[in-house]
Amino acid sequence: MVIRSESDQDQFTLRRRPWAERSIDRGFKRLTIVLASLVAVVLLGIFLTVFSGAREAMATFGLSFLVTSGWDPVNSQYGAFTAIYGTLVSSLLALFIAVPLGVGTAIFITENLIPRSWREVIGVMVELLAAIPSVVLGLWAIFMMEPLIRPFLNLLHQSLGWFPLFSTTPKGPGMAPAVLILVVMILPIITAISRDALNQVPQELRQGAYGVGSTRWIAIFNVILPAALSSIIGGVMLALGRAMGETMAVTMIIGNSMNFSWSLLAPGNTISAMLANQFGEADGIQVSALLYAALILMLLTFAVNIMAQWIVRKFSLSYN
Amino acid sequence: MTLATPVRTAGSLLFNPGLKRNRTDKLFTSIAALFSLIAVLPLFLVLIYVLIQGGQLISVSLFTQLPPAPGLEGGGIANAIIGTFVVTLVASLIAIPVGVGGGVYLAEYASSGWFAQFIRVGNDILAGVPSIICGVFVYSAVVATRLFFGQSYSALAGGIALAVLMLPTVIKTTDEALKLVPQELSWGAIGVGASKFVTITRITLPSAFTPIATGVVLAIARAAGETAPLIFTALFSPFWPEGLFNPIASMSVLIFNFAIMPYEAQNSLAWAASFVLVILILGANLLARWIRRFASS
Repeated sequence: MVIRSESDQDQFTLRRRPWAERSIDRGFKRLTIVLASLVAVVLLGIFLTVFSGAREAMATFGLSFLVTSGWDPVNSQYGAFTAIYGTLVSSLLALFIAVPLGVGTAIFITENLIPRSWREVIGVMVELLAAIPSVVLGLWAIFMMEPLIRPFLNLLHQSLGWFPLFSTTPKGPGMAPAVLILVVMILPIITAISRDALNQVPQELRQGAYGVGSTRWIAIFNVILPAALSSIIGGVMLALGRAMGETMAVTMIIGNSMNFSWSLLAPGNTISAMLANQFGEADGIQVSALLYAALILMLLTFAVNIMAQWIVRKFSLSYN
Repeated sequence: MTLATPVRTAGSLLFNPGLKRNRTDKLFTSIAALFSLIAVLPLFLVLIYVLIQGGQLISVSLFTQLPPAPGLEGGGIANAIIGTFVVTLVASLIAIPVGVGGGVYLAEYASSGWFAQFIRVGNDILAGVPSIICGVFVYSAVVATRLFFGQSYSALAGGIALAVLMLPTVIKTTDEALKLVPQELSWGAIGVGASKFVTITRITLPSAFTPIATGVVLAIARAAGETAPLIFTALFSPFWPEGLFNPIASMSVLIFNFAIMPYEAQNSLAWAASFVLVILILGANLLARWIRRFASS
């Protein structure tokens, strides 16, 4: 009896875990902390690299760098206005075209307007469009899209040539084809995020709207879209950030001209296109000027992304 | 007994397609249909053009020969195909362990602490950093400082640049996939005496395998097509790959370089490379889709 009770007691005493097991546990946790911290390290590294490289140009050119448009490597005079203007105008115009298209497509594939299988097919196709590499889209833009749209651009120039935005003859690469290729690139993002947002609108809201006698589109405009609006705007802001940082397709089709022009039909430039073209061969203060422009691009995308997250968090409706 | 026969009056409950509200409805539906058509049109145009222009150039020499010197005919893109695989492999070998490890920390160890929130926000910001700036960063940190044995441009530098690009996606998918694993599974494992390490590596991670694998395959596919981070890290090389510490060719940079050359032969090689790249990337996307479907069935 005594022996049995002793063995029972033995069975139920808590044993300390072996040293090896505890140290593996602790080591694994520390390893994951280090790996997670790498994100912060890389982000900080990117910011510090760009900032420290840009300091020389910031000291030399100051804030006038943002509003002057000369880019003269011979005399070391640099101003990034053309590129900053190009970045903002190309991405905003692209957004202006892509938002109605993307949200319209999202409504078409979520609101039960066509059979489910069709909806899935369209959804998959838009997602596949997002997977096509930007450099392939650039190649396509050079050899197919630009020759295809040039007659239309010519027509635009002939009929509206007095207007500063259409005041030059389209001669190939330029801002207008770059805007169109940006539309192709950000359309899938806007569609995907709007689709998710619309899918998350509770069915009860739709049923309520139909119940009081609204037609499908009255319900969409007055009930469903407002309910999904914050996520859609967040997605639009993300797309704006993507459009501003997009490099390859734009570089290949925008013409890379450092001469400022109001015309959308003339060659232009963006910050990322300028980096892609010049950074590899630049030296001296040109590198610093390019990094100054890169810093501006980073701050722009940073601000847009932060705002996107803030909008989603601040205005998202909850239905609990 | 007389039954009231329904008549179409203004107050009728029957559907009347002639009403203004119903006609407006039709109009908006057609507009949405038109927008969807415009949205999928580029995919068809790009695919058809790439398949026609690139498909007719597919030959054995494309996969076995080096690109020709400017002005010459023929040749292939064999070095660029190998290069794309090498650089993407290097990037995956860096980004997958780091990303999965970081995701495990976020989801399993510190799901709501300030540090985890800080890392999550940082990860979202890193995902928004333009890819060209990743290239500039790796150029300044690795290439210009000649970090690896005094070599400047190298396949390794290109791989690191792509890894920076992949990292946010891998961390985010891992974090979100692990949070979807039911708590009961890990409670059960801890309950039978498994350590946290064993619980995570044997129970939690394997049950989240499918979503993580899907995300990782998509991240790899995206990295394989990226050009901007490579143009001043891995650079380009018209020769066969010479190890990790020398410049290396890749299909995406080849397309960029050859598209803007004034030679017919180079332009067609750019189309051929687009064909191979698009097939690979769409294949990877369909694979990811298949993994998801396979797991859910």
